Amino acid sequence: MVKFKQRKKAFSGNENLTGWLFISPMFIGFLIFMLGPLIYAFYMSFLEWPLLGDARFIGLNNYQNIINDQEFRIVLKNTFIFTAGLVPLNLMLALGLALLLKEKMAGIGLFRTAIFVPVVTSLVVWAIIWKYMLAPESGFINQLLGLFGIQGPAWLLDNRLAMPSVIIVSVLKNVGLNMILFLTALQQVPHSLYEAAALDGAKRWRTFWHITFPMIMPTVFMTMIITTIGAMKIFAQIYVMTRGGPGTSTKVLVYYIWEKAFRHFEMGYAAALAFVLFFILLVFTLILWQLRKRWVFHEN
Amino acid sequence: MRIKGSHVIKYIILSIISLLMIIPLIWMMLTSLKEPARVFTQFFPWPIRWENYVEVLANTVFLRQYLNSIYIGIVVTVGTIIFSSMAGYAFARLNFFGRDFAFLLLLSMMMIPPEVTIIPLFLFMRELGWINTHIPLILLPIFGAPGAFGVFLMRQFFLTIPKELEEAAKIDGCSRWKVYWRLMLPLAVPAISTLTIFTFLQNWDEFLNPLIFINSRELMTLPVGLSLFTDETGTAWHHLMGATTLATIPLLIIFFFAQKKFIEGMTLGSVKE
Repeated sequence: MVKFKQRKKAFSGNENLTGWLFISPMFIGFLIFMLGPLIYAFYMSFLEWPLLGDARFIGLNNYQNIINDQEFRIVLKNTFIFTAGLVPLNLMLALGLALLLKEKMAGIGLFRTAIFVPVVTSLVVWAIIWKYMLAPESGFINQLLGLFGIQGPAWLLDNRLAMPSVIIVSVLKNVGLNMILFLTALQQVPHSLYEAAALDGAKRWRTFWHITFPMIMPTVFMTMIITTIGAMKIFAQIYVMTRGGPGTSTKVLVYYIWEKAFRHFEMGYAAALAFVLFFILLVFTLILWQLRKRWVFHEN
Repeated sequence: MRIKGSHVIKYIILSIISLLMIIPLIWMMLTSLKEPARVFTQFFPWPIRWENYVEVLANTVFLRQYLNSIYIGIVVTVGTIIFSSMAGYAFARLNFFGRDFAFLLLLSMMMIPPEVTIIPLFLFMRELGWINTHIPLILLPIFGAPGAFGVFLMRQFFLTIPKELEEAAKIDGCSRWKVYWRLMLPLAVPAISTLTIFTFLQNWDEFLNPLIFINSRELMTLPVGLSLFTDETGTAWHHLMGATTLATIPLLIIFFFAQKKFIEGMTLGSVKE
């Protein structure tokens, strides 16, 4: 307290005013471009706002319509399929790679770099390349399969294969990022724990389950939450690779919101959809957070 | 280094996965050098057609989009650094009324998905006549979630700088602004360089905002421009792959020169969302 007073005295002048002057560009900008739009979006979700004509207050009708919207159900299902496919694949591959790359071996830097390079490329560029690689007749993948005498399918034009293709492409793009996070966590596990386990004669698999895994659990959970939120919001890959097709087989929630708002100009409905997305993300995060409390034993 | 027996399997697995990651980029670069008619029929480009690049760069729309991406990236990065560091400094070092509340409010904004605010923002920008201008592409990242993340990052960094340094400067007669501008900002170079890489990259990749706010091809940034890259005859893959190669090269250059900072920036960014 004494120190604080001294400091305040040393910096004569009005600290209240100075403080607010320093934060004002950011704070005002954020009121205009974040908080204001957020509140307005909530209000909009109670309006019917067609392309031509004025907005009309319709209460909870948009939300009711969402519940009865057949297309919304498909879109929601697709979003969950994408997430349920991507998250476990991504995390398991990232963890596996991190374990392989943990110890010093010749050429390890080269592998780490190679696996991280897709993270560096732009998402849209990655999606474009893969759309080209997966081209039906003569894309790279089907040319490769052709060498073995296999007639490759039309990956992105097939109802059943489009979604798995987009999932794999998305996993390859970002697995390097999670791998790096896991590598950092693995390197922070105290070596003495492994030594103690070795003294007790623990086998590799046991050591992993009883020492390594519990120790890196906090990181695993953080990445799980981040990856899940990211997966629920997938958009650019879908826009570039499939435009939601074939049919509605890869139409996901953000794509649907974009389509409703900026293709059909149903602004109120789209705002309500956006809040549904927000709500789902919130619930997911809270569930994972609760699970974390139960499962994570060790935390710094 | 000695290679153990068990390492052989490791090397095989790692080689396969590494190839999966690298092949698309190599394929992109190879295709960008092929004859248009043989894009789908040959594996290696022969004869190498360097003219593809000349043609891509002669495409004025692509060149404009490239320059748009670069200049918007620079403006957004500079803006983010200035305003985030100012706010971060105040939150870390000044005691003012409502500080903790303002900080909490700013942090909570990082949790809001941009998809929720984009619809009112579109109407707002239309009202102001800013659709099909670069203004939203510049203002929204600076004052949106990426900017809020910057404030958080800069505050954490300023908290680690000893207070005594500042007090000494103050005794020498520096004003608050001078302390920030002449002393704290130069000390924050490590944090600023991480934030620079992160902000520039994120901006280079931004897709939804430019898709919504820009209609004309000349004003688009690279991601949207590339996603619409087709002409009357369909997709000219040899040109598109040249364009994507050119779009990737700056990122690869930054990556290879600043790997450590780069990874720091990326991993910091991932904690945000």
